[in-house]
Amino acid sequence: MSGPIHKLTPVLTKRWLSPDAWKLATYERLDGYAALRKALKAEPDDLIQLVKDSGLRGRGGAGFPTGMKWGFIPQGDGKPHYLVVNADEGEPGTCKDLPLMSHDPHSLIEGVIISSYAIRANFAAIYIRGEAVQAARRLRAAVQEAYTRGYLGRNILGSGYNLDLVIHSGAGAYICGEETALLDSLEGFRGQPRLRPPFPATHGLYSKPTVINNVGTIASVPYIVLGGADWWKSMGTEKSSGPMIYSLSGRIKNPGQYECGMGITLRELIELAGGMQDGHQLRFWTPGGSSTPLLTADHLDMPLDFEGVGAQGSMLGTTATQLFSQQDCPVYATYRWIKFYAHESCGKCTPCREGNYWMIQILHRILAGQGVKKDLDTLLDACDNLLGRSFCGLGDGATSSVTSSIKWFEQDYLDYIEGRKAPMLKPELVGAH
Amino acid sequence: MAFSEETFVRAKEIIARYPEGHSRSALLPLLHLVQAEDGYITPEGIGFCADQLGITKAQVNAVATFYTMYKRKPTGDWLVSVCTNTMCDRMGGQKAYEALSEYLGVGHEETTSDGKITLEHAECLAACDYAPVMTVNYDFFDGTQAADALEIVKQLQSGEVPVPSRAPRLCSFREIQLQLAGFPDERPGAVAEGVAGDPTLAGARLAADNGVAVPGFDPNTPIARKEAKA
Repeated sequence: MSGPIHKLTPVLTKRWLSPDAWKLATYERLDGYAALRKALKAEPDDLIQLVKDSGLRGRGGAGFPTGMKWGFIPQGDGKPHYLVVNADEGEPGTCKDLPLMSHDPHSLIEGVIISSYAIRANFAAIYIRGEAVQAARRLRAAVQEAYTRGYLGRNILGSGYNLDLVIHSGAGAYICGEETALLDSLEGFRGQPRLRPPFPATHGLYSKPTVINNVGTIASVPYIVLGGADWWKSMGTEKSSGPMIYSLSGRIKNPGQYECGMGITLRELIELAGGMQDGHQLRFWTPGGSSTPLLTADHLDMPLDFEGVGAQGSMLGTTATQLFSQQDCPVYATYRWIKFYAHESCGKCTPCREGNYWMIQILHRILAGQGVKKDLDTLLDACDNLLGRSFCGLGDGATSSVTSSIKWFEQDYLDYIEGRKAPMLKPELVGAH
Repeated sequence: MAFSEETFVRAKEIIARYPEGHSRSALLPLLHLVQAEDGYITPEGIGFCADQLGITKAQVNAVATFYTMYKRKPTGDWLVSVCTNTMCDRMGGQKAYEALSEYLGVGHEETTSDGKITLEHAECLAACDYAPVMTVNYDFFDGTQAADALEIVKQLQSGEVPVPSRAPRLCSFREIQLQLAGFPDERPGAVAEGVAGDPTLAGARLAADNGVAVPGFDPNTPIARKEAKA
């Protein structure tokens, strides 16, 4: 294969090929903890500058510059600082962090230690979604090994630096992937988002300065420390540097994790993954999970980096590219996603709690062949009241599939409403026309 | 039911993981802990957590009812969760869920009359590249079409424990709750079991097979130093 094969950049996924890489001994043979030794000899501020210079941006969806986030932590303030890793992977379509933690947990732990040292934190937590028991099993075993070998605990490698790390399992709530809801959950409360400002950089965990980063972000740090900012920037695009794990799922021959320089296109990713499944042509897809507006076959050549996807009115999100074909209905997909958002809405704010509830009813009746044309206006009106008016990003994200599916696939909605398409669902007794 | 001495010791261990003065952070793991002992969140479990943390039962209840993994009713030996979010639904997950529901004669969050199997439909389980997926006590079975799901459940009923696709032999519901409370999987060799599936390795393998690597990586690249302040 030529062409896109050279867009592959195996960095974070490379060690996954060694079946025992989750063990400390194997990890150490594969450059493991070399970055920590190097980092502990450097000044924390120089590490923050290094991460700034690398252009690393958050891998959890928002793409915020990591070094800048670290720089917001007030130094010399005499307060405890905390690092919290967001491992609450649950955005529909997203499946890159669980394999990383299952197959290369030490890379995350090493990243945690270096990052904590840089922001002067002595306590760190990895908040991992509850259902991810295999990843947690491996992570916990790895943390134990790291303590035994002196990479965690007191006076790490004789540097005088202390760090404790806790693996904290959640209990089944998508909203806890929202950083302030995560903090509340980690403090032992219902996972509901906090009002910002103040931001976690000054009032985070226990109301103290806190950095919250995604698994992929923190696991990138050891590679940047070893290879340097220029090497990191040799991958990806000018404003979206480095490698990114693209997660392909759906109607594709070889679904899975493809780590490529940012800016690869879906056309190239499909080629890497062996093409679409027989009998399936791409009809719609999510560039980065269900909270990112749907795109179509007209967007195959759009660069998949933060700027490229943004320019097309969507978002790079978590690079969870879910591919659907002409055998899948965008109206039904939207209905199913909205059921998800309604289920996961924490109930704190009215637009999200009520808006998603009512959008389910409307989408249901459309799919049951009982919709009216005005339903489309009602859906868009509901989205207007959600987007930007919800307490957190969950409500914003919920509108993505609704507005984008109406934008690209209004005809599908009308086909159900006007009886050209057979109903997919049975009518409900209540709320039907 | 009184809690075992061991559970009291474990509760103290859990609380000690968090910074001093922030014992409430232990609440989620403590709820997993009492679920490990009782099989679900009992009024006694709520009371236990409240006592350990010095907060009210109402405060504990408010948290326990927020999260789907805290079960309000006795749970079967095997919690079968079928992903029916959009991707898995489209790839066959919804049909698998319906087939299991019909075969077992139970609906969402219901348990068979023999107390063996609890069924639930789950939201995205973060394994879309293996869709459709289901889990048993939270360990994955990949690519489970309706027939596969039925086969797995029939094995569970017959006492023949199926092996998850990428994880060790199955834990009981109570064993997995103990792990969720933050305790290691102590079954000999268990952590080593379970290998990566093809989708996980797809990109890395493709690169390795074609000799593709990122050039210019020098682990000794110096870290630039800021000039010392005068």
